Amino acid sequence: MSNEATLYGHSEVVTTHDVHHDEHHGHHHKETFITKYVFSQDHKMIAKQFLLTGIIWAIIGGLFSVLFRLQLGYPDQTFPILEELLGKWAAGGKIQPEFYYALVTMHGTVLVFFVLTAGLSGTFANFLIPLQIGARDMASPFMNMLSYWFFFLASIIMVSSLFVQTGPASGGWTSYPPLSALGDASEGSKAGMDLWLVAMAMFVVSTLLGGLNYVSTILNMRTKGMSMTRLPLTIWALFFTAVLGILSFPVLFSGFILLLFDRHAGTSFYLSDIFLASTQKALPNEGGSAILYQHLFWFLGHPEVYIILLPAMGMASEILSTNSRKPIFGYMAMIASLFAITVLAFLVWAHHMFVTGLNPFLGSFFVLLTLLIAVPSAIKVFNWLTTIWRGNLRFTPGMLFALGFVSLFISGGLTGIFLGNSTLDIHLHDTYFVVAHFHIVMGVASFFGMFAGIYHWFPKMYGRYLNNTLAFIHFWITLVGAYLIFWPMHYEGLAGMPRRYLDFSGWASFNQFGGLNRFISIVTMIVFAVQLLFVFNFFYSMFKGRRVTSQNPWGSNTLEWTTQINPGHGNWEGEIPEVHRWAYDYGKDGRDFISQTEPVGADESKH
Amino acid sequence: MSTLLIIAILLLGFIVVFQIAKASEYVSVLKGEKKTFEQNNRINGFLLLAFMILGLIGVYWCNELFKGRILGEAASDHGEKIDTMLYITIALTGVVFVITQILLFYFAFKYQHSEKRKAYYFPHDNRLEVLWTVVPAIALTILVGFGLFYWFKITGDPPKDATVVEVTGKQFGWVFRYPGKDKVFGKKYYKNIDEGKSNQLGLIWDDQAAHDDVVTNEALYLVVNKPVKIIINSRDVVHDLGLVHFRMKMDAVPGTPTTMWFTPKFTTAEMKEKTGNPDFEYEISCDQMCGKGHYSMKGIVKVVSAAEYALWLAKQKPNYVMVFPDKDPAAKPAVTDSTATAAVDNKKSLSN
Repeated sequence: MSNEATLYGHSEVVTTHDVHHDEHHGHHHKETFITKYVFSQDHKMIAKQFLLTGIIWAIIGGLFSVLFRLQLGYPDQTFPILEELLGKWAAGGKIQPEFYYALVTMHGTVLVFFVLTAGLSGTFANFLIPLQIGARDMASPFMNMLSYWFFFLASIIMVSSLFVQTGPASGGWTSYPPLSALGDASEGSKAGMDLWLVAMAMFVVSTLLGGLNYVSTILNMRTKGMSMTRLPLTIWALFFTAVLGILSFPVLFSGFILLLFDRHAGTSFYLSDIFLASTQKALPNEGGSAILYQHLFWFLGHPEVYIILLPAMGMASEILSTNSRKPIFGYMAMIASLFAITVLAFLVWAHHMFVTGLNPFLGSFFVLLTLLIAVPSAIKVFNWLTTIWRGNLRFTPGMLFALGFVSLFISGGLTGIFLGNSTLDIHLHDTYFVVAHFHIVMGVASFFGMFAGIYHWFPKMYGRYLNNTLAFIHFWITLVGAYLIFWPMHYEGLAGMPRRYLDFSGWASFNQFGGLNRFISIVTMIVFAVQLLFVFNFFYSMFKGRRVTSQNPWGSNTLEWTTQINPGHGNWEGEIPEVHRWAYDYGKDGRDFISQTEPVGADESKH
Repeated sequence: MSTLLIIAILLLGFIVVFQIAKASEYVSVLKGEKKTFEQNNRINGFLLLAFMILGLIGVYWCNELFKGRILGEAASDHGEKIDTMLYITIALTGVVFVITQILLFYFAFKYQHSEKRKAYYFPHDNRLEVLWTVVPAIALTILVGFGLFYWFKITGDPPKDATVVEVTGKQFGWVFRYPGKDKVFGKKYYKNIDEGKSNQLGLIWDDQAAHDDVVTNEALYLVVNKPVKIIINSRDVVHDLGLVHFRMKMDAVPGTPTTMWFTPKFTTAEMKEKTGNPDFEYEISCDQMCGKGHYSMKGIVKVVSAAEYALWLAKQKPNYVMVFPDKDPAAKPAVTDSTATAAVDNKKSLSN
């Protein structure tokens, strides 16, 4: 299955490589600054572009959470500095309700889509797929480049929405109509909402261009000997992620288009029987269904959770196995459970809608299917546990984050069993229990997967190591902080405390957690500061980090470590290596590791 | 000024941490990479174990701290079912949580790198894999079984004798409507809404059934131990009728009425005693993002005895009468039943 022949067109560089590989060593192609760093078609550079953009977005999104945690922790205090910085949005040094809702909306949108979708799978799918399957680049490097630039365009539009006079979108990251459809119902539903929708549409285009590329690359461009069942689990996870994205993002897109029609073309897809207090007028729209949008949204929205989580699972599997010096336990079961999660991801969306008036009988199917996801999830957890059992564990920063990922996935996954059960969801829906659940399982866990990936593959990306001491500080404060922030929130949720409230002082039922809210806010700020430390470590190490001196610093089996320390466009000098075995022969027959490129010996034991 | 100070301290902290980190890198070069690795590995291995132990103590401590603040006794029959389900789920997931977290961190600590140990080549074991497919499947079947059993009870049809009340959400408040003596809600149409003319729900006055409908923003009055069916509407955007003490919740969707039913168990007065809080009120929260006033969209539920309820209802003027005061039947002298008399007396005392 060599892919030499499939590379043509844009990849002249690569062809040159193949012909002249003896005398040239990577620095023969005349690349300008623009083609190398800006409009690059090298998957590794595009991956770094996604990562850097993702980091910038993560800082912005994280800063938003610090701002609204300030309000939640200190609802009765004023911060004059905020007024200086934010003007009318923090009049009198107090975050205004409109702005509070804009902050939570943008925090959600940015982190779910721009950081944990584009920043996570954009980075690692681009970086790892060609390197780990043994390909010189993506199936279409040009489309791949477009994928990044559509993301960039989406980012620009989303950023610009922060500066419109009526403020950015503020109807929650889910943007339920009619609130999001009517400018008269909320300031944020004016120009800010249009920009939000357009940015998200661009984002969908980016995801589709990327996803189609990932799938076709994995299916068609594996090197000789790299059968599907020899792929590292990272690739399997990224493959299913791409499939999920391709099948579900278009549905979201259609939902957004209908919303745009309702906003500007006078249609009534989502609108019916509305009288607005702000204008004292009844709208002409009749017969629409606000619930239709929720179905369209969650048809993406739920798979989106797995689009975020699967790459983290894949990377954690790979990193746990490598640093346990032991094969991943139950490789086929891991693939099967990824597949089961992928299929089930499409069949559970309505569990977000148990209290919308959904037919209870229909709801019962969604309960069953939702709780069914716990089975493949449990398989994965037990397989990870067995992978580290009787291993020889090296606690590299990547390994620590992978272990943290498993811990968080267990904690957050178990609370999913509460929420997926419609009976409990009646009480817990839209409370802090939900906030705690999805932040742990989708937010922090995926971030841990991402950090694990960054620490593990940074040497491959930049030929240098991140500073270990900073990495350990980063890991420990983030892990402890994440639990301190989100664990107590479960209790607030059990008390029925609703999310998206900026001040609980008017409520006798929810006001007993003032001290806790303050505590959570303080921890949030500390954790945020430590993330900045990581960002600093990232950029510092990029230029000044300890150099990688060996080709395979982690003693890893996968193909990316058979390239040069700083691979050029085309990845391998000379022939692409042939693969003879699966990726997890660690500790076999008394050998520490056996690279995928090593032929199976005659006297080797079978597994 | 203090902000600048904080920023300065932060920066200083950053620089200190960074210098230490850089120095540690030099030290590791001096000591040799292998030795540094082994030292770091031991420290992290120990920390992982410490994190697990302190973490589990923390979980226990957190529970002790907050268990008194989370769930008072459920104030409705459905709430009791939901609480039972909650405890079943907590018990089951709690066991899994403790076991898996202990295994994870204990394995990490126990099998940390050692020169002497060789990793055990153990790629798969079908029996184990079947075991942890089947056991979770059984556990989940139990949870689904209990869950759906309660779910159908809660969402099933309300008893025939249930009181019917209509609640409508709007930015940012709640409107309550009672059908009046005829027990039939009059027809309404949203384009008839006219707050200037006190018709906040858009009732159609041509419909006789609407004439005795009582519309109020004051509170949702319910009778204790009597099932109530609530028809939920919204006038503008999606809201959610959240009744935390009753553990009930249902979205209010414009154009699509939804329903819920339950039986309140304690009157507001009883709850005042139970909680020891003389100001106790059942609060209605909006649980679906509805705009800038979402966090303040509060309503009150008053659970009262049947007699108090009848008295209260009798005192209420139908919306129709408020709009057309000249058509007030109570203004006419022909009154026979006692509650109505009470209402008239009350009105007199108010007007005096």
